[in-house]
Amino acid sequence: MTTYTKEQVKNLVDGRLDWDTTTRMLTMPKDHERFRLYLEVLQERVSWPDRIVLPLGPALYIVQSATSKRWVTKCRCGHEFCDYRENWKLFANIHVRDTPESMREVYPTLLAPDTRWQVYREYYCPHCATQLDVEAPTPWYPVIHDFEPDIDTFYRDWLEMPLPERVD
Amino acid sequence: MNMLAKNAPGSLLGNGKTLQAFRSEVTQRTKETGFYNGLSSLPFRESDPIGYEKLFSKIRGGLVHARETAKKIAASPIVEQEGELCFTLYNAVGDCILTSTGIIIHVGTMGAAIKYMIENDWESNPGIAPGDMFTNNDCSIGNVHPCDIATIVPVFAHGKLIGWVGGVTHVIDTGAVTPGSMSTGQVQRFGDGYQVTCRKTGVNDQPLRDWLHESQRSVRTPKYWILDERTRIAGCHMIRDMVEEIIAAEGLESYERFAFEVIEEGRRGLQSRIKAMTLPGTYRKVAFVDVPFKHEDVQTSSAFAKVDTIMHSPVEITIRPDASWRLDFEGASRWGWHTFNAHHVAFTSGIWVMMTQTLVPTQRINDGACFGTEFHLPKGTWCNPDDRRTGHAYAWHFLVSGWSALWRGLGQAYFSRGYLEEVNSGNANTSNWLQGGGINQDGEVHAVNSFEASSCGTGAMAIRDGLNHAAAIWNPEGDMGDIEIWEMAEPLLYLGRNVKCNSGGYGKYRGGCGFETLRMVWNAEDWTMFFMGNGYMNSDWGLMGGYPAATGYRFEAHDTGLAERIEQGLSLPLGGDLDPTEPAYEQHISAAARVKRDKQCMTTEDCYENHDLYLNYLRGGPGFGDPLEREISAIADDLNQGFVLPAYAEKVYGAVIAQDAKGYWAVDATATETRRLQIRAERLQRSQPTREWMREERERIVTKHASAPVQQMYASSFALSEKFLARFKAFWELPADWTLNEDELGVPVYGAKHRMDLSLLPDVHTVVQVEE
Repeated sequence: MTTYTKEQVKNLVDGRLDWDTTTRMLTMPKDHERFRLYLEVLQERVSWPDRIVLPLGPALYIVQSATSKRWVTKCRCGHEFCDYRENWKLFANIHVRDTPESMREVYPTLLAPDTRWQVYREYYCPHCATQLDVEAPTPWYPVIHDFEPDIDTFYRDWLEMPLPERVD
Repeated sequence: MNMLAKNAPGSLLGNGKTLQAFRSEVTQRTKETGFYNGLSSLPFRESDPIGYEKLFSKIRGGLVHARETAKKIAASPIVEQEGELCFTLYNAVGDCILTSTGIIIHVGTMGAAIKYMIENDWESNPGIAPGDMFTNNDCSIGNVHPCDIATIVPVFAHGKLIGWVGGVTHVIDTGAVTPGSMSTGQVQRFGDGYQVTCRKTGVNDQPLRDWLHESQRSVRTPKYWILDERTRIAGCHMIRDMVEEIIAAEGLESYERFAFEVIEEGRRGLQSRIKAMTLPGTYRKVAFVDVPFKHEDVQTSSAFAKVDTIMHSPVEITIRPDASWRLDFEGASRWGWHTFNAHHVAFTSGIWVMMTQTLVPTQRINDGACFGTEFHLPKGTWCNPDDRRTGHAYAWHFLVSGWSALWRGLGQAYFSRGYLEEVNSGNANTSNWLQGGGINQDGEVHAVNSFEASSCGTGAMAIRDGLNHAAAIWNPEGDMGDIEIWEMAEPLLYLGRNVKCNSGGYGKYRGGCGFETLRMVWNAEDWTMFFMGNGYMNSDWGLMGGYPAATGYRFEAHDTGLAERIEQGLSLPLGGDLDPTEPAYEQHISAAARVKRDKQCMTTEDCYENHDLYLNYLRGGPGFGDPLEREISAIADDLNQGFVLPAYAEKVYGAVIAQDAKGYWAVDATATETRRLQIRAERLQRSQPTREWMREERERIVTKHASAPVQQMYASSFALSEKFLARFKAFWELPADWTLNEDELGVPVYGAKHRMDLSLLPDVHTVVQVEE
């Protein structure tokens, strides 16, 4: 089994890992330890005490609240969106590009979609304004609940790691 | 003059069973046990792993070798340059053992043809004998589109049928209503080109003369057609010889055990990869693409096809605790009167082209992964049509779009688990397709289909930018081809071949840029061309804050005056169309030229004179992460290499930029930091809480305020899926009596209610391999 150091995982997260090692990661069987190292690297970078349970994006995490032990979806900046089972987008700020003028801000007219067919829905953290997701659906499309992870099975059965305590 | 080879019942397999009965037993054992053919263990592999691996290496090597050798026979650049061919080995029941490199979607499509022959008793008529050849390109039984022609050869050993070998090439023309292998304009199967259904086209290793005559005059490009045929036959025969040699050396028993065990091994391999790379749960993604047929530049023979519609492809990926998975496309929109429909096998088999680039990057590509996947493709949708009239010539328009959602689902799994090196934001819409025909530079009737789309931009990763002009999802071995070769194959000179600026989706990591080639018609007569790709919509999205790639647009120019300009030594339109909203080509052609510069990227055959211009713009890939987090040096590189327009480096990346006297761009890091803080403040100012916006959007739904194509898409999905309608209404908290029907939209509804499936034809047994 190929293994990697925490330093290498840190460089991977930063997009600075040398290409030889990256290629090895791509071509060799996956390292089982990665998730643990990944969490350690990410945990060291956040300023809050809550424990990261599962990363959802570069600035979005499911965390265990240090005080209540509830699991919530949280932004890198510390803003808490909602219970981890809910769709965080419903608790975010949204900006919908549904006019030619607003679409032109991101692409020249001929390189942008026609807003009668398709809109861009940008979801921002209400606190730090990081753009966490861009949906590109037709008008009327329900806000998509992208991901409902089965974290219990993942920790207990797939990784054989202790499941962080959770108060529901 | 098909030759009947009488197979006495049960004699073909040498075990007293008909092929149909034998296949039925294999299918039943698989269904009952969950293991392919009931193989709960792999005795050959476990008892003799070296012998097993030796067989694997010999067969895989033989398949790849046959592909590499045979493709040199072809004259078509699509095959010889782009590598649009593939050879696959099957066991007796038509399940894939192993395949070569290339367009491996055909693992399933040729298998579906073999299964169709089995289930429809080809065994007794026309019979199956050593030396036979069968040809298939029928889309209603699993082929992707008519231009993928498959030659299928049975393999015999010790006097009995032990398997099949199939070879497929993508031909330049199939004799459809309009020229090019994936033409538009026809709206039904009957205009989609020459189609043959598992026809016996050769005996005693010789193609039959009626087949040769008929097939060559049924297409516009007989020279390429016949050399493609020889390519397929040569490859199939090389592989058949290889199998015979292996059996002579290793014994038939070992070969046959391998031929079944390797499929179960493939099934297990998928499951173990899912467990090693993803995490259990439910992933929901969706993709769309435009079908703008109402425009005057889309000519169809049927008025009912003149309607703007949208393809809807939602997917729910469920990864279960046991690492099995289900891909559910409930809610997909209906098939339509165009050429973008796909048979369910094209859909399910095609997914493996994508998966071999990510989840199962192994040489053990076979039907095992398909047996390890539960597909739900509702009958009547674009990916499982319920009408025997559907057109499929460019099924890829929908397939590549639908699959972009799968990338994002898998990308989420890889990201959450820390395998960032695997994350891919999605695939480009692999277009434009430059096609057309007429009399070429050699004075011959000709058709063209530029396969430059083999090299679109790839999606951004979670650790670096996507690759520029690099790949197409449907062929991992794709290549854009040499200009010189294309100029020999097409009466179109290159006036430019450049990276397409601003075509990759923005993000912390940018999607790969596509490229563009400016072509001038040269030495042709009665020449036509058309466009095919996405324009009003994107088919990809960004990932985790990244933006989708740029959409398509078209540029064509007629009455250019270029003949005179060349003669007078005046400036010419050369290179890229840097900023399409600041037209530059127009400054180097006649002021009286007729120029079309718009979003209509789907057109039908139109006339082009010599010196007319056509821009072939190949799309970029989507981006990853918030663009405000893009590194300063990366923005400067993009500017200096022409990958992003300065105005958008400023607006989207928040870069504060300046250009020196030599034209070199620099980004001011400190000022950019300040500007980015301002942009964050602007974001908060212009946005609103999602639930607030939802109240406004709900009102627009209640009052049915949306364009006709959007409403038609929802109505067609609602009509096929009560579940999707119920979810939609529940999300928006719509009144119980709220409905949306196509009838109320004032658009043609031909085919919306009355349909007839192929299975209803007499004496036809269709093979269904998905949950419908």
